[in-house]
Amino acid sequence: MHEMSLAKSMYEIIEETARKNNAKQVKSVQVELGVLSHAEPDALTFAFEVVTHGTIAEGARFDIIRLSGKAWCMVCARTVPLPKLGAPCPDCNGYQLAVTQGDEMRIASIEII
Amino acid sequence: MCSTCGCGEGNLHIDGVSPHEHPHTHQHDHEHEHDGCHHTHPHEHMHSHSHHHEHTRDSAHIDPAPRMVEVERDLLERNDAVARENRQWFRDHALFALNLVSSPGAGKTTLLVHTIEALKNECQCVVIEGDQQTQNDAERIRATGIPAVQINTGKGCHLDARMVQQAMNNLPPLNQGLLFIENVGNLVCPAAFDLGEAHKVVVLSVTEGTDKPQKYPDMFHEANIMLINKIDLLPYVDFDVEQAIAYAQQVNPNIKVIRISAVIGDGMDEWLNWLKENANEARKVRDDDVHALRRRIAELEARLNP
Repeated sequence: MHEMSLAKSMYEIIEETARKNNAKQVKSVQVELGVLSHAEPDALTFAFEVVTHGTIAEGARFDIIRLSGKAWCMVCARTVPLPKLGAPCPDCNGYQLAVTQGDEMRIASIEII
Repeated sequence: MCSTCGCGEGNLHIDGVSPHEHPHTHQHDHEHEHDGCHHTHPHEHMHSHSHHHEHTRDSAHIDPAPRMVEVERDLLERNDAVARENRQWFRDHALFALNLVSSPGAGKTTLLVHTIEALKNECQCVVIEGDQQTQNDAERIRATGIPAVQINTGKGCHLDARMVQQAMNNLPPLNQGLLFIENVGNLVCPAAFDLGEAHKVVVLSVTEGTDKPQKYPDMFHEANIMLINKIDLLPYVDFDVEQAIAYAQQVNPNIKVIRISAVIGDGMDEWLNWLKENANEARKVRDDDVHALRRRIAELEARLNP
């Protein structure tokens, strides 16, 4: 389960940000997770709870902001929605697609006191 | 948890040795704290652990009102930073590095053994092997006469860039050639982790399902090249090569495909030629870099000695 590795990397960034801002506690974390990214929201949430246990971020609310998938269709020459990898262009039904959005795994912000 | 070097796993071994049974040889900032970490560190860390939050917790004067802090940082930023270091190192040493990924049993190690036997007299080859346990694969590679490092991830499901960086320390001095990194057999987790390789190579064997690229699209999306292996077994299995290629192209229209049988040798020439071309290209890139640096030095010396 690579979400555990991702959660550890995430905690590192959270902890560093919290420390720089003299935080006593992390109240919530906002993570942008594209639908085409390499992480499952439920698994990442579980891993976050495990990794933050006993830390400054223990009990923090974990908000996942889902970003939709988008791709550039080389045939239609325009951006089209891509709900999952392997889905065709909704217009031409082709697969000449280059992902332009939806593979993000990013901490957007944290809420601290 | 020492997430900088990954020792939170506790099970990582490189050639049978835990990187934490000896002092760290790599340098990194250790400003993170080990608060809440329940494991002990018997080894010598060459840094002190700071526990800044302990002090702020005592500071009653800090405003308790919650506030939002913008972060905007990628979860994988540290792995990606180390991967960039690896990529630069490979470039500087004219190494064409490949990250081989597949399900367990697709034939990665057998493919490597046959590849190395065919190439070892023409070009330097080295291998980093990744498995949860055992030295078996590294021993198979070493039996061909070339250097191999075994990474055992313990409970880990993938290699990351730091593990590869550490493993490089166990290889002899390298200057030009091919580096094969055989990832843990797993079509899911290794997709997320850049190791600094030039390409991910996904190996799909015909004893698996035709629809693997549909079932595990992330990996086929990340790979630049797909080897359809064990094609000598096609008469005995229900595998549709054309359909498998079509599925792979649905998630990755640019994926390069080579049909191969590592054991019988079908398709090996195409694979070996592709490797040799890219190894030559890596050498040219390094030579160009060296020439550019020499020109720059000459320019600077001319300015110092007008």
